[in-house]
Amino acid sequence: MKGKVLKCRSVSPGKAEGEVLYTEQAISFFGGVDAKTGKIVERGHELEGKAMAGKILVFPHGKGSTVGSYVIYALKKYGKAPLAIVNEECETIIAAGAILAGIPCVDGIDIKLLKNARRIRVDAERSEIEILE
Amino acid sequence: MYLTSEEERMLSGEEGEIVARFMNLLVKLGEKFGAEKMLPVASTQIAGISYKNIGDAGLEFLEEIAKGNVRVRVPSFMNPAGMDLELWEKLGISGEFAEKQKRIINALKEMGVIPVATCTPYLAGLLPRYAEHVAWSESSAVIFANSLLGARTNREGAFSALASAITGRTPCYGMHLEENRAPTFRVTVHAKIRDESDFSVLARFVCKHFSRGVPFFEGMKGSADELKILGATLAAYGAFALFHVKGITPEAGKFEKDAGEVEKITAEESDLLSAKREINREGEEPELIFFGCPHCSISEIRRIAELLKGRKMRKRFFIFTSRTVKETAERSGIAESVRKSGGEILCDTCPVVMPPDSLGARVIATNSGKACFYLRNQGFKVILGSVRELIEKFSVRL
Repeated sequence: MKGKVLKCRSVSPGKAEGEVLYTEQAISFFGGVDAKTGKIVERGHELEGKAMAGKILVFPHGKGSTVGSYVIYALKKYGKAPLAIVNEECETIIAAGAILAGIPCVDGIDIKLLKNARRIRVDAERSEIEILE
Repeated sequence: MYLTSEEERMLSGEEGEIVARFMNLLVKLGEKFGAEKMLPVASTQIAGISYKNIGDAGLEFLEEIAKGNVRVRVPSFMNPAGMDLELWEKLGISGEFAEKQKRIINALKEMGVIPVATCTPYLAGLLPRYAEHVAWSESSAVIFANSLLGARTNREGAFSALASAITGRTPCYGMHLEENRAPTFRVTVHAKIRDESDFSVLARFVCKHFSRGVPFFEGMKGSADELKILGATLAAYGAFALFHVKGITPEAGKFEKDAGEVEKITAEESDLLSAKREINREGEEPELIFFGCPHCSISEIRRIAELLKGRKMRKRFFIFTSRTVKETAERSGIAESVRKSGGEILCDTCPVVMPPDSLGARVIATNSGKACFYLRNQGFKVILGSVRELIEKFSVRL
């Protein structure tokens, strides 16, 4: 696993290296994430109570209101944003939020390949994800 | 992605940093969705207006753009705000909320956005023509523009619609391409559609079978007001942006042959009954009755006022509409007659984007399946009924 490089698609440019916060459940940023703490607050979500700041957030896709883009932007503003976002299929809500907030974002990979990864490096310029640990 | 020299200029920052930021957003989104070029848009409709939804970060974001001296390039309307901009005190909205909500409206106004806050811009003065490209974001407005008017818009997000307003462009993909507008499944309606709330039920039934695609309905008719409710409910329970109705909507004829070759479902009487039971699972007495999700047309308000004649509502009663339509209702005396029957016409807002406490109710009755979906998600109990049913049941003779 370690050192393995996966190809992906670039959505929002940038590079990041860090610890993985992983879920196979979709995330609704509007209503499901508190922008001021960066914590997932959706009741019953497997990441409920977990903070995304300083981590690389890996989830399949977004869901819910298009106002979710504003929450992603707010997370960055309050310094609680993830270092990068990795999606299986990134739709407009997540993509627009990440691009305007300047958060590196990639999609187009089977996220299950990252299930057991602890640290990864995301390079949206080269459309690559490297598993570090 | 091919860009014209004007688009290149916007992207390179020659028209300012803010224009460049938004053009970059559209280029990135276009690349992601495989767009080969940009399209000029005739108008935009921008979501993310309610202070309840976008908060301080959203307010500061919009004020920052407004300060940057950026103007929208095409006629642009805004989605409903978190309160009636005039009657907010009556709704128990706090002074702080009102002040921040007004700052959001003002920031957009400074950019040149027309301060009519509605989910039915097409009833309030913003009317796209057939095959015209626009960038609208409120999901019921999107599906109405595509289906009833034959205009072309994707389901834009709060940021992408704002980006289109500022640049006058949208990436060419999805609903903008003819090939994506063909039906993907057919709905044959055998059940009798009695009133406008049955259109909500029909949409709910369709969404049990499909969550996306382009439905082609046959065996039913409906007015623009009724199809507005059908579309709104389809777009709430599912990710729909377009539907066709045989003999009724402008593109249906063109796609009739295609509709014969796709998967088919049938809506029988029993299907609608069970879908209605599913929506109406709570048997409680409503504390508030409202109509206007999406915002009422003048014809709908006129009909409500007719049914209310000589009667008084026993419950809190609201009609939601745009400022434009309310003015028409005032001039014609319809608004006064609604007030005499114990109702209030509210505008600039809707129950879905207001602070929940300002509705003064936990159990709500309405004719809109869309409202059922969003209000339930916010913890309300919701009862679905037609205008006629709910007025007859919850009013008394004067």
